[in-house]
Amino acid sequence: MALLTKKDASLILDPLADNNPITIQVLGICSALAITAELEASIVMSIAVIFVLGVGNVVISLMRNIIPSKIRIIVQLIVVATLVIVVDQVLKAYAYPLSKTLGAFVGLIITNCIIMGRFEAFALANGPWKSFLDGIGNALGYGVILIIVGFFRELLGSGTLLGYPVLGDPIMKTGLYATGYENNGFMIIPPAALIVVGIIIWVQRSRNPALIEEN
Amino acid sequence: MSNNTDKNSYTVIFAAVMVVVVGSILAFLASGLRPNIQENERIEKQQNILYAMGVNENGDDAGSVNFIPTDEVEEEFTTFIKEQLVIDQDGKITKNDQAFLIDLKKQLAAKKRGESFQLPLFIGEKDNKQFYVIPMYGKGLWDAIWGFVALDKTMTVQGVYFDHKGETPGLGANIKMRYFMDDFSGESIMKGTQYAGIAVAKGNNDPLNNTKDDNEVDALAGATITGNGVAAMIKESVNLYKDYLETIRVK
Repeated sequence: MALLTKKDASLILDPLADNNPITIQVLGICSALAITAELEASIVMSIAVIFVLGVGNVVISLMRNIIPSKIRIIVQLIVVATLVIVVDQVLKAYAYPLSKTLGAFVGLIITNCIIMGRFEAFALANGPWKSFLDGIGNALGYGVILIIVGFFRELLGSGTLLGYPVLGDPIMKTGLYATGYENNGFMIIPPAALIVVGIIIWVQRSRNPALIEEN
Repeated sequence: MSNNTDKNSYTVIFAAVMVVVVGSILAFLASGLRPNIQENERIEKQQNILYAMGVNENGDDAGSVNFIPTDEVEEEFTTFIKEQLVIDQDGKITKNDQAFLIDLKKQLAAKKRGESFQLPLFIGEKDNKQFYVIPMYGKGLWDAIWGFVALDKTMTVQGVYFDHKGETPGLGANIKMRYFMDDFSGESIMKGTQYAGIAVAKGNNDPLNNTKDDNEVDALAGATITGNGVAAMIKESVNLYKDYLETIRVK
């Protein structure tokens, strides 16, 4: 027997493309705009969200029969906030340099609408294993877009990738800059992320017209 | 089951139990990890102070920030930092070996309320040269920023270290990158006889920061408010220590 049934596999694979949380469900846009000026920040954020969404979905799924429906949103919020604070505290005690890198992301993870969205839409109605796969899948789908956006914004905005000057030195005019190329300062500011995400959505829908909504 | 969970009494009890459970988990965790976290923060402060006065493991290339390793920092700190001083509200100076543990944020708040306060200052010595390291604390765009600036007797910056709590990754968070911090070295905090600080300026046509006498360094793109916060923080902190600096300044 395969490790994952076909249905289970689709829980992970669907959000990567045809049911992507950012480009199709339009969740998690805020953090996709905020932290994608650098590739490294995008990767760190993706890993953090994979963890929080995977574990959070399981916790909510286990509690799904005892959560009072009137206050379920607050309960979800508490679960995310607790998870994030626990991770932050443990990192501070045992992996201090890493916690310095993550510090700025803590608030962004708690307010990420993908997390609340998946709790509400999936974990409240499904078992723990399926919820776990759904959480991982959606977080991966989110991460893929973040990394694509981060890649283009850092490359075009700063001429670097993960901090390495891949295009040469813009001030000393070496490498590509010797030909008169300039960094595009617009790519550094958040609106540029909106445009990159827009282009990804455009490409994705023109490749798969089934995704286009009818009016 | 579903009928039960809709009752008001169940909702209230569930909320109460959840708060107690989550509260205990967090409280237990926080107190359990506290010694470790404090130790890490202690080491970090020592590393930061040493970094500002140029005791670090940076290579010649303008790459990443490399502190003294955590297991050596205690020893190095006592070797290089000759004196730790505390300046109180009346300008009285006392020696205090634990001055680096003083929380500047609390002291500045006390000063604002008009209560008594203590300002730490560190005198370091490297290659027979004196360094006066001043702690700084201010506001960035989203949250607190802080750091240390090392001065010599002519009030020329010998090195800085900046850090932040929650500036935007890739933009404001870059104040702790070497290419930004290194620009401050060699700048003077004095303009004539005034403690003017150092401005983080946009469009000063000096991206390599060759002009060292203009009280300006090149700003970070996309991080105007964080940059302004850094400039304001330097000016404010330098003015806090003005009276002491005036006594050591070579005129």
